[in-house]
Amino acid sequence: MAAFRQIFAILRKDLLLELRSKEVLTTMLVFALVVVVLFNFVFDPGAEEVKVTAPGILWVAIVFAGNLGLSRTFAREQENGVIQGLLLCPIDRSYLFVAKVLGNIIFIFLLEVVILPVMIVLFDVHIGGAWPMLLLVLLLGIIGFASVGTVFSAISANTKSREVMLPILLFPVTIPVILSSIKSTAYLFAGRELSEVWSWLRVLVGFDVVFFVVCFILYEYVIEE
Amino acid sequence: MIRIEHITKSFGYFRALKDVHCEINEGEFVSLLGANGAGKTTLIRILATLAKPSEGDVWIGDVSLKKHPMKIRSRIGVVSHFTYLYNDLSALENLRFFARMYLIADARPRIEALLTDVGLAPRQHDLVRTFSRGMQQRLALARALLHRPNILLLDEPFTGLDINAAGLLKELLQRLVREEVTVLLTSHDIDFALDYSQRILLLKNGELTIDIPSASADKNDILRILGDK
Amino acid sequence: MNKKSIEPLYLLLLIVTFLLMGISLYLIFIVTPTERTMGEVQKIFYFHVPSAWTAFLAFFIVCIASIVFLKTGDAKWDKLAGSSAEIGILFTTLVLITGPLWAKPVWHVYWTWDARLTTSFILWLIYIAYLMLRSYTADSERGARFAAVFGIIGFIDVPIVYMSIRWWRTLHPSPVMAGNEGSGLAPEMVRTLMVSLVTFTFLFCILLMFRYKVAMLKSTVDYIKSKMDS
Repeated sequence: MAAFRQIFAILRKDLLLELRSKEVLTTMLVFALVVVVLFNFVFDPGAEEVKVTAPGILWVAIVFAGNLGLSRTFAREQENGVIQGLLLCPIDRSYLFVAKVLGNIIFIFLLEVVILPVMIVLFDVHIGGAWPMLLLVLLLGIIGFASVGTVFSAISANTKSREVMLPILLFPVTIPVILSSIKSTAYLFAGRELSEVWSWLRVLVGFDVVFFVVCFILYEYVIEE
Repeated sequence: MIRIEHITKSFGYFRALKDVHCEINEGEFVSLLGANGAGKTTLIRILATLAKPSEGDVWIGDVSLKKHPMKIRSRIGVVSHFTYLYNDLSALENLRFFARMYLIADARPRIEALLTDVGLAPRQHDLVRTFSRGMQQRLALARALLHRPNILLLDEPFTGLDINAAGLLKELLQRLVREEVTVLLTSHDIDFALDYSQRILLLKNGELTIDIPSASADKNDILRILGDK
Repeated sequence: MNKKSIEPLYLLLLIVTFLLMGISLYLIFIVTPTERTMGEVQKIFYFHVPSAWTAFLAFFIVCIASIVFLKTGDAKWDKLAGSSAEIGILFTTLVLITGPLWAKPVWHVYWTWDARLTTSFILWLIYIAYLMLRSYTADSERGARFAAVFGIIGFIDVPIVYMSIRWWRTLHPSPVMAGNEGSGLAPEMVRTLMVSLVTFTFLFCILLMFRYKVAMLKSTVDYIKSKMDS
């Protein structure tokens, strides 16, 4: 119970800080839009292939922007060494991890909720009745990504090259979750049967669980001095 | 009270601390001296549960630091040259946040009293970002004392402080000692250590070379040991 | 002091590996019949598959050594993990080079983005990132912990490379390691492959032992240097 109160306190603090600076969300959103616009040059606009590639564009925008968000949220914990202040508190490192992951998931999910309608309008995607399922995919797609990202952002922030290191570490390792997210989304965009979507969703959930658990266990080793 | 039992911190050949062994009594004010890289900060970090010793253990009362770091954390307060404060939260919000983290029930009177003690009550609603270094360090002290720790660890707390802030800090430290709080402080300031603390510990290349009461310590001796290789 | 106990072991391993290499080459190029449809180029198979196996083994050792390091904090496990990763990358690189050489005459392209090729490439990137991480962190306990954590999380992707063949549609032949009937490999070829696998494993052991020894010597030298400086 005590741990829940502490996790909630950290989440509340992170949201309050974000509400005040709006730094993480704006950076992520603008960057995601830039990525989407860039892809417009890669694929012929209006062509049928854009619809096929739309899920890929959506997820590339999400993970690129998410990468930025992850390094920003960790940088926030580094000013005045405040991360050590958190470590001094009587909270288990694993619960600290849970709090940080939840915060990152909330931020990236908010980004998704904004960027999705933009994608739908720009690429003329028809979702029909698959809305709840799509939101589920968007959420599941970032759990594994945010778990690994929360651990790796702590690592990269302490290397010589700082933020540059994060995408190099993060993207190759999280490709399984990114791929299954893209596939699930593509099936939903294409109006496929839910049972077909499930075949990819199952893989996605599997990786989410594995990545979350492993990161939950390993977080203390990256966060301690 | 604090029993440091044969602590070694090593990685490969490099040894930051070598078999450090000593006891600190309840309510004692101890100064930890040593040159840069002598292992002072490493020892403080281990006592603060921020780092784990490679060998050995620390006992606080009858609680083992290795086995029950969580119990230790709610009994120690730490002040370092980092303030551990969020720039974009106000003084009050920072203290409220840490009060929640320390699971302090009904923290409001405690926070108000501390803000008054460190002279920040009038500016409690201002963001930490707008504070001077001295004010930030005073707030850091309030944060460290929030959960009424009976052990206070201070790592170079005077770094970057103006005379006023340093004076206030010294005053507060003396009051804490009267309240039977155990204080372990690292400093470069030998005069301060000799004047204020009851005991002097000196680390040299990771080894505890001096452990004597301040009264019988000789400044020139300490300087000589600090100075020569 | 342990100099004497190690040297004969090295020598023995060297001799055995040399002999095995000779036997493998003899089996591959003289004894084993040439594959009917693919011709001589199929001989690459006996280098390609063992390289892949050795790379998996190397990354497995990175993962295990990383776990032991996190548990014990003993720097030698960190050195072992780092050494093993370097050799793993070497063999993954061999896989990525021999693959296209074999693919060009058979599939008429050097590269195709099929599941196994893509995942092997990703694997290579992961361990390149691992080595970059090692070089960008100071040679400290904390840097070693970072590397260990990345080594463990990165290894989660290794089984995927192996499983990818079953999960995704792929051009790749089904795994011969499982010895399925469907792999359609002549018994002589399987035998030669097995010998080649053993040879590569020995080669790996030798490389790892030498690399590890160099890593340990380097840290000794660094230590002596730092003593002389101060």
